[in-house]
Amino acid sequence: MAETAKTSLRTARSRVKGLGASGHGAGHWWQQRVTAAANVPLMIGFIVIIAMMAGRPYPEAAALVSHPLAALILIGGVISVTLHMRIGMQVVIEDYVHDKGLKFAALFANTTYAVAVAVACLYAILRVSLARLV
Amino acid sequence: MAPTARPTVTAPLSPHLQIYRWTWTMAMSVFHRITGTALYGGTALVAIWLVTLASGPAAYAWVAWFFGSILGKLVLFAYTWILMHHMLGGLRHFVWDVGQGFDRERRMNLARGTLIASVIVTVAIWAVALLVR
Repeated sequence: MAETAKTSLRTARSRVKGLGASGHGAGHWWQQRVTAAANVPLMIGFIVIIAMMAGRPYPEAAALVSHPLAALILIGGVISVTLHMRIGMQVVIEDYVHDKGLKFAALFANTTYAVAVAVACLYAILRVSLARLV
Repeated sequence: MAPTARPTVTAPLSPHLQIYRWTWTMAMSVFHRITGTALYGGTALVAIWLVTLASGPAAYAWVAWFFGSILGKLVLFAYTWILMHHMLGGLRHFVWDVGQGFDRERRMNLARGTLIASVIVTVAIWAVALLVR
């Protein structure tokens, strides 16, 4: 017992239950489906916003993004899409990159890219949409 | 013990992509992954567009000029088609997730339908966007 505790990172409760990853193994599968379902209306809204902004001068384009509905669609879209694309790319990496070190680097880069895109987009949307209030 | 005759035929290797005959379902499956990867890179364009909008008129003018050019419009048209194809491919997966559309005829129709519908929807989006303007 004491020896097992030293060599294993699993908690005593986890060992007693003996379920392994059960109940969690499908976590990514579900998250991919939930974000996919959310992406459908959010991307349709995104396309409408882009189409409305195309060719407009700067003040009108900024005003469009600062509309609460447009900003909410964009914020929702950024969160849902970056979660979705991170899991998707993780599956691609796990399928094709077999070298342990390379795989670690690729998965790290994947998360970094997804977070960077999300943070940049969210900051920009908030900056544009909140700037008009003051 | 007398040595037994060794078989001269080597065991066949498991077939890989270059061995398979391309089918609609296989092509659309591969294309779903390719479009997903393209959209992954494409989010950088969205980030650039939004950040320049937040940076002010000078930065935004540069991006607006690019997406207003022929090359920019081609990128946006391809982006629309790739997004629509990936979305319809995802909806196809939802059909399979509920246990439908696995028989030969329907899975072929779903695969062909994904490609045909993605082109129709893309052209429709651009037609509406250009007509409303």
